[in-house]
Amino acid sequence: MSSAELTPEATRRPFTGRRVRFGDLVLQVVAGTAAAAATVLVGLITWKVVDGAWPAITHYGVRFVTRVAWNPVVGHELYGAGSFLFGTAVTSLLALAIAAPLSIGIALYLTELAPRFLRGPVTALVETLAAIPSVVIGLWGILVLGPVLRDHVEPGLHSALGFIPLFGAPSTSGSSMFTAIIVLTIMILPIVSSISRELFLGVPSELKEGALALGTTRWEMVRGVMFPYARGGIAAALILGLGRAVGEAIAVTQVIGGGVFIHWNLFDSGDTLASKIAASYQGATSKLQVGSLIYLALILLVFSLVMNLAAQWIVRRVARRQGLGART
Amino acid sequence: MQHVHLPRRRRVNRLMEGLAMLAALIAVGMLVIVVWSVAKRGAGAINLDLITKNPVPFSFEPVAQGLANAFVGSLVLVGLATLMALPVGILVAVYLNEFAPPSVRTFVGLVLDVLNGVPAIVIGIFVFGLVVIGRGQSGWAGAFALACLMLPLVARSTIEVLALVPSSLREASLALGVARWRTTLSIVLPQTIGGVLTGTVLAVARVSGETAPLLFTSSIVGTQTSWSPFHALQSVPVAIFELSESPDPQDHARAWAAALVLLLFILFTSLAARWLATRSRRKLAASR
Repeated sequence: MSSAELTPEATRRPFTGRRVRFGDLVLQVVAGTAAAAATVLVGLITWKVVDGAWPAITHYGVRFVTRVAWNPVVGHELYGAGSFLFGTAVTSLLALAIAAPLSIGIALYLTELAPRFLRGPVTALVETLAAIPSVVIGLWGILVLGPVLRDHVEPGLHSALGFIPLFGAPSTSGSSMFTAIIVLTIMILPIVSSISRELFLGVPSELKEGALALGTTRWEMVRGVMFPYARGGIAAALILGLGRAVGEAIAVTQVIGGGVFIHWNLFDSGDTLASKIAASYQGATSKLQVGSLIYLALILLVFSLVMNLAAQWIVRRVARRQGLGART
Repeated sequence: MQHVHLPRRRRVNRLMEGLAMLAALIAVGMLVIVVWSVAKRGAGAINLDLITKNPVPFSFEPVAQGLANAFVGSLVLVGLATLMALPVGILVAVYLNEFAPPSVRTFVGLVLDVLNGVPAIVIGIFVFGLVVIGRGQSGWAGAFALACLMLPLVARSTIEVLALVPSSLREASLALGVARWRTTLSIVLPQTIGGVLTGTVLAVARVSGETAPLLFTSSIVGTQTSWSPFHALQSVPVAIFELSESPDPQDHARAWAAALVLLLFILFTSLAARWLATRSRRKLAASR
């Protein structure tokens, strides 16, 4: 290459060569179109969901979000998301409350406590839990877990802790919010624990060894060094787990039973946004009902977008601060 | 941390270690219980009829019936979805890794993460609004919904392996005067085949168990086997979903059997993907 060609522009774009080749242009345009299509897809999803919900949005406005009603009888039609929002909040938050300490415990066991020969296999087993399709977990939930909880767990909890409204009288069907909570816990456990595990693995060993050398017990080292170090990432993992629980439709539909009411009895049936949509796949008839169902999907979409972006934001911020690889 | 409390601190430490171990036990126990339940109930109900015979809609006498239509439908749906998502996913990854300026790369990466986070049921509703309202359910609609779920998975895994390809390979090719597009297509991409295959297999394993995107796009079906994606196709997960809500124990038996087949398929493909991943990574590391 002669020195005459080393203009500032050429050095800034070292791989471009002398001129743009036709083949390069074609590949760049084709691949760029694919990337643009992926971006357009997300926009299209948002637009189509808003568009489909439009009849209900114009008819009910934002009042829909809090109203507790779902009456498809022609002439008396009235729809609202209130009870489903309540069901979604109760089931996914309680599932997260159970899954969070368990997942962090699993991650700690896998990074700090387990003998080396167990770490690989146990990690693989926990990740396998994530590979079980939700419909299979739901099948197990409705035919095995539900009856077991109804006959053996719920009566005991009810008689011991019945003074707390959460532990009311068990339903006869075995469908309950409690079953849904357990099923959701199983589904978010592997996500949160595998992200937490990676975060714990990223804690610099100088910090851990430093703490231990100062005479801390292992738990004090975990609490004083590892938790503060991984705090942001764990928050992101919990948000992603919550997003998974909120969006899970199939397994929840199978076990939760359905119904339009707000009550605190975990042992009775309920419904979530996602499970209501899934349960109505054959039944929606009127334009307003279809619109209202899609309105539920829109609320779900907004939730998932907000939670995802929040998690990404946290991950990116933590990565920038600690120079860790930003992986979710 | 005072020395006077050393015995108590040790007790707290032991308690916490025990709790962590208990958590791991619970997770593994959950897996064992679920898999064992499916295996125990499914194994007894698996027979050749399951994949060779169609369901019988209504009969007073017990007749041999299976879910042949669901297995065929799943094959068509997942196959078409892979054909749609794979090329687009690879191209997205090529663009992001080889051409895109950093800002575009960050943005599209975020878009892929967002797409990955959209609940499957919302994808189903989206395709319902896009295609099904007006044209009715079809295998194409179902496959497209599954492809939307596969796209971010395939693109992500391809990006990861593309980043592993040593830049010396690219530079050597470019230095020999090979055009950029030929370098990308015949030098860089062949290096990533193992990784792309892994990502694809994982994505196939994931969507072959997905019910939610199919409920609104390809679920209202007859009991006949069909290979044509121009009308709605039954699928294994949707069949399990419907059978699980039936009151008939015979239906439950078929649901367990189908669930066992699905689970075995998914576990096998995930293991295969894991094996492929370690193999291709070792190969790339060796070429470095």
